[in-house]
Amino acid sequence: MPYFCMSFWKHDLCHICLKKSYQSLEDNSTQNMKQVIYRNLTSKILSLGFILLLTFSTSLNAQDGGPQAGDPANGKSLFNANCAACHKLDRDMTGPMLRNVEARLAEEGLDREWINAWIRNSSALIKAGDAYAVKIYNEWNQTAMNAFPQLSDQDISDILAYTAQPPPLPPTPEVGVATGETAGSGISNNLILGALAVLFALLAMALILVKRTLNRFAEAKGIEAVAETKGKPIWKAFVENQFLVLVTAIFFLLASAYFVYGYFMQVGVDQGYEPVQPIHYSHRIHAGDNGIDCKYCHSSARVSKHSGIPSLNICMNCHKSIANVAPETLAEGKAEYGVDYDAEIQKLYEAVGWDGTAYTGESKPVKWIRIHNLPDFAYFNHSQHVSVAGVECQTCHGPVEEMEIMYQHSPLTMGWCINCHRETNVKVKDNEYYTKIHEELSKKYGVEQLTAAQMGGLECGKCHY
Amino acid sequence: MSSNKKYWKSVEELNDNSSIVETLQQNEFVEEIPTDEFLGDKQALESSSTSRRDFLKYVGFSTAAASLAACEGPVIKSIPYVVQPTEIVPGVANYYATTIANGYDFASVLVKTREGRPIKIENNTDAATNGMANARVHASVLGLYDNLRVKTPMKDGASISWDTFMSETTSKLNGLADGKQIVFLTSTLPSPSTHKLIAEFTEKYGNVKHVAYDAISESATLDAYEAKYGKRGMANYDFSKAKTIVSVGADFLGDWQGGGFESGYSKKRIPDHGKMSRHIQFESNMSLTGANADKRVPITPSQQRKVLAKLHSLIVGGAVSVDLPENILEAVQKAASEIKKAGSNAVVITGIQDVNAQTVALEINEHLSSKAFDTDTTILTRQGSDKAVMQLIADMKMGNVGALIINGVNPMYTLPNASDFKEGLDKVELSVAFSMKSDETASNCNYIAAVPHNLESWGDFEFKSGHYSMMQPTIRPLFDTKQFQEVLLAWNGNNTSYRDYLKSVWTTEILDGTSFNKAVQDGVFVSSSSADTGTTEDTSSSETDEEATETQSGNAARALASSSKSSGMELSLYAKTGMGDGQQANNPWLQEFPDPITRTSWDNYLTVSRADAESLGLTNENVANGGLNGSYAKVTVNGVTVENVPVIIQPGQAKGSVGLAFGYGRTSDALKNEMKTGVNAYPLYQDFNTVQNVTVEKSSGTHEFACVQLHNTLMGRGDIIKETSLEIFNTKDKEYWNAIPKVSKDHIETPVTSPDVDLWESFDRSIGHHFNLSIDLNACTGCGACVIACHAENNVPVVGKSEMRRSRDMHWLRIDRYYSSQESFEGDNEKKDNISGLGSSLSEFGEMESPADNPQVAFQPVMCQHCNHAPCETVCPVAATAHGRQGQNHMAYNRCVGTRYCANNCPYKVRRFNWFLYSQNDEFDYYMNDDLGRMVLNPDVTVRSRGVMEKCSMCIQKTQKTILDAKREGRPVKDGEFQTACSAACGNGAMVFGDINDKESKIAELKEDNRAYHLLEHVGTKPNVVYQTKVRNTAEA
Repeated sequence: MPYFCMSFWKHDLCHICLKKSYQSLEDNSTQNMKQVIYRNLTSKILSLGFILLLTFSTSLNAQDGGPQAGDPANGKSLFNANCAACHKLDRDMTGPMLRNVEARLAEEGLDREWINAWIRNSSALIKAGDAYAVKIYNEWNQTAMNAFPQLSDQDISDILAYTAQPPPLPPTPEVGVATGETAGSGISNNLILGALAVLFALLAMALILVKRTLNRFAEAKGIEAVAETKGKPIWKAFVENQFLVLVTAIFFLLASAYFVYGYFMQVGVDQGYEPVQPIHYSHRIHAGDNGIDCKYCHSSARVSKHSGIPSLNICMNCHKSIANVAPETLAEGKAEYGVDYDAEIQKLYEAVGWDGTAYTGESKPVKWIRIHNLPDFAYFNHSQHVSVAGVECQTCHGPVEEMEIMYQHSPLTMGWCINCHRETNVKVKDNEYYTKIHEELSKKYGVEQLTAAQMGGLECGKCHY
Repeated sequence: MSSNKKYWKSVEELNDNSSIVETLQQNEFVEEIPTDEFLGDKQALESSSTSRRDFLKYVGFSTAAASLAACEGPVIKSIPYVVQPTEIVPGVANYYATTIANGYDFASVLVKTREGRPIKIENNTDAATNGMANARVHASVLGLYDNLRVKTPMKDGASISWDTFMSETTSKLNGLADGKQIVFLTSTLPSPSTHKLIAEFTEKYGNVKHVAYDAISESATLDAYEAKYGKRGMANYDFSKAKTIVSVGADFLGDWQGGGFESGYSKKRIPDHGKMSRHIQFESNMSLTGANADKRVPITPSQQRKVLAKLHSLIVGGAVSVDLPENILEAVQKAASEIKKAGSNAVVITGIQDVNAQTVALEINEHLSSKAFDTDTTILTRQGSDKAVMQLIADMKMGNVGALIINGVNPMYTLPNASDFKEGLDKVELSVAFSMKSDETASNCNYIAAVPHNLESWGDFEFKSGHYSMMQPTIRPLFDTKQFQEVLLAWNGNNTSYRDYLKSVWTTEILDGTSFNKAVQDGVFVSSSSADTGTTEDTSSSETDEEATETQSGNAARALASSSKSSGMELSLYAKTGMGDGQQANNPWLQEFPDPITRTSWDNYLTVSRADAESLGLTNENVANGGLNGSYAKVTVNGVTVENVPVIIQPGQAKGSVGLAFGYGRTSDALKNEMKTGVNAYPLYQDFNTVQNVTVEKSSGTHEFACVQLHNTLMGRGDIIKETSLEIFNTKDKEYWNAIPKVSKDHIETPVTSPDVDLWESFDRSIGHHFNLSIDLNACTGCGACVIACHAENNVPVVGKSEMRRSRDMHWLRIDRYYSSQESFEGDNEKKDNISGLGSSLSEFGEMESPADNPQVAFQPVMCQHCNHAPCETVCPVAATAHGRQGQNHMAYNRCVGTRYCANNCPYKVRRFNWFLYSQNDEFDYYMNDDLGRMVLNPDVTVRSRGVMEKCSMCIQKTQKTILDAKREGRPVKDGEFQTACSAACGNGAMVFGDINDKESKIAELKEDNRAYHLLEHVGTKPNVVYQTKVRNTAEA
């Protein structure tokens, strides 16, 4: 039994989990699109137009459908709110896939009424011994579907209308357009530069030509060009001027010393270190686009010296139901970063042993490459900075929410640490630990607010032991 | 002006025609340089394609490449869990309450785990069942990561699967011939559930015997207690209730009756309202207990018997005739009168392994109705029976034993008649050893069942009647191991897990409806009902036998007085504080742990008194490299000889007696070669008697000891260990017995604590925390638990015997032991003060270097004193050591360049230099050299590299953690929260750590105590470690 229980952890998990699962439902198709920041305006407009067109055409299709015309748009939001936790349109999840479910059930000879009964209370149907209901129940590991008595006939018909929509076309053409556009803009820049170069070359040539022509005129007119008096070559003069040589030598020595020093000072400093990771994990999508709090995954930063690399079960909190990214995100990944996000999610599934519906039990840990490495003799505690001082993660780690691939933003040198300790005030508000010491120390130093350095944050033994 | 002197190189030059001179003039070198030999090997030279120039090119290139490559950092992988256990947060320690019980040491402990790895043993302060964890228990965590553990079950030296093991053993057990016994030979196993399992096994297989065997037997104590109180166990003693303690040969601060009595003892040793206990010790070896006694009388073991008999007759009555020397007789009479005066506040104990002696001691305590003497809570941590073991060996030799199942004991090493056992073992059809090691016994058995370490197991133990301790795993088993109990369950055909079995036993039989989970969480459970029933049973039995025991004990005393006949030398075998019975001999921490008395590590040795050493021609000498050398002796008991026993001349050793420690001299492959130290004393342990008549002869050769303290006396420098007597302490002012040293300034005597005589400006330390450590020399028994705790907490490396010998030990905390050169330290001080003139100082200082024959002893734990005006800080050329506002002297290893100025300037000699790289270095093949062993390292403390200085940090990682926890919770730090590894390990309350700026704290009070003083106060270093003057209760009643 643990002597000290770590219950807070679970608590946080639940809290965020609820919020996230809600988000992830929304994410299924369009949500992502709005949040993705497109760098290229044209492609954004184009893709928006494309989606609009699609929606329009499909809604037309749906209206052509059955006599009980449902509203697929409303059906979609209902589907996302109620069904998407367990069902997907084109793939089995906790429950079976639902594309064209009504049509498929009709083949089994089951009508809308059966569907209504099943949705509102499936267990009753099973208990009643309905043959197909029992069959489904047994097929799906005897897990009964939740009852949805709150759904009206119209709601169900809307949802069914949504499920009856044909799958969206793969967005390949759009990708083509997008890449073309991007390439085009690159070329145009080059073109302008090239044109300028040509222009300059022409100008230079023109000048040479003008000079030559003038010379010829002068020759023709018999005017002698003033002969250049040949003095000492400049290098000879330089060599003979010992003072100048000395000054130059000193200058070169100093300059090279500067560069050597600079070289040595960057040894072991890995600022900008951006290794290739076993899974292309995009902080930009997670922390930026989806706004997931850093400490949702790196939860131990609050209580421990380590921020912790999240274990894969944390990933699966969301990715259990997110197997694919939105088509636009996928396209963007392929275009801008050359990466297939869906394939990366598959890597996660492989590592955690998830076959799409259940855990296989065969897992293999992901061997991330560590980016922020402090030497062994330096002690750093995340919780001191994150929980006690309330320092934003970005202060040291940089704009993580914009990083497609994580890199080391700060130099992580001792000078860098100390600078911050000198400049940053201790956060004493609402912390009784500091009450007495801050009052006495600030009086001693005659300041309103103590910096971390004044609090003792520069002492060797605070970080080296 | 040039000199025309001629310098003669040798006499040979006088000879005009010397050929040698001629040759030398021609040739610079006397001998020919073997260039031809090298260059003549044409073939080799030609076949090599590397020319000299090429070679230089390669050297240059590889140097450049290496230096360039060094600029690239390595790629470090970070591998998170796939599914993170909810209780584990990387970087945060979890604590589990469990038990260390290995048959010799029993302790309820807390285990600190980091990232799922147990890294340190701490005291479970909730469990006041049997003292605190001792040095061996603290070190036992290293046994978990022992590379030489048996990793799978084995059959005849080859590893097999558990399935094979189970099916083969089960069929063999079932197929045993009728009339053949199945015998369990186990260590003391006071485990209710295991006893139940063995009972069930007996039911199933029939003809089963369970023999408990203690390597170092307390059989006589158990027999005496059983005869008197009807329960096999040992009386419990609470020395905090005793005003007068008289011990006859009982090392009760060591391992007497299972140990664990020191906390109670120490409580009463701190003078409180002018009172403390008085402790008189009669003993032959200088033991930890004797070293702490107010009065110590060195007597031979045979005299001990007489002393006890005499005490009995003086206290209880009845006449015995004993012939004792006058001075000893007088001491006994005085002790008896003190006991009588103290009445029920006195207690008499004995360590003589003799039923009569133990009966006599029980009788005396009962007669006194001693408050410290407790027969209600019987101690159950020794159960071994010598008779049963001897019977078993006889049975085995007769071929009566069909199956022998050995658990947790190593009889092939620990039995005096191991060869008999081997002979018997060969006749046993099925022998199974449940063992963590392929040790002397296990390697001789048919099967080795690999068992997990205590920290990987479930278990339950009844330490004292009604006092239970729970063992729970703190890590998944590292290897393919199974517990003894799990296999028993399988043999019994029961397929529940041992944990469930344990739970059901506890819920039905022990817990009385309280929660099992709570018991597991606490690690201890004190049953109210069972203790009560125990009491009634015990008293009834003792009452009915009143008459009988009375006469019996009178007989016992007479028998004791007459039985003691001895001729020549007597040998007392004992267990060393560090090694115990030797089962942890492969533990480098314990090997390197200097014995509290001799300060010698990596060895056992024959302790001899100075007089006997002189007559036998045995010597000790300190040699130029700082090591101690000693003679070898040949020790013979009843025809059994142990050769080449190194000899240490031990002050305080009773004349006519010698001592030798168990636990060394192991030769099995279960130990690394470095750990096969010392000589095996068990062959001398005949008839399980620790006292033997012995002949000692000098052998040739000298032994090189690894002794870390060659200077044994204080030379009258009473300001290092200040001490006084209780009488003076009670009657005189502090200035008399604990004066602050003074220096003369402008011809005015000024105390050194005054700022006027200080070289330095004092910093203002009144704000924030200011840490101080108080060490009470009265409560410190020198047990060394703190030394090992510090070892574990601070990743202190093990350096090995040869480095220890050079005084390159790395212990951040040492316990200095001093002997007085006169009868007492007071006498030393007087002698020094009376020295005048050159002649007298030359001779008398020389005399003061040698300790007295029965010296007073004092222990003093010394670690970095964290001086406010630290001499080390001012001499560091690179400012690697600096002072923090919180009073700690910081040491930045990465800044240190290893000049060692600081160590030279430190008046306390507490700084340690890393002469070598001690981790991942094959030259130091201890735990830091294998991946498994390194798992015990504390991730919060840097592992130091070669060439840097290190020292006690006052556990800054712990104080910083405490502060951070408080900050995170937004509250001030409470008193008692700040701990160092040593103060937390000290069960005696000798070490108290805290913040003196918290005026309410205990440490603030102790710092201002009258007894408080600083080490070498006159140096003016203003240390943050305070010592409390040692007070001896010397008044004879």
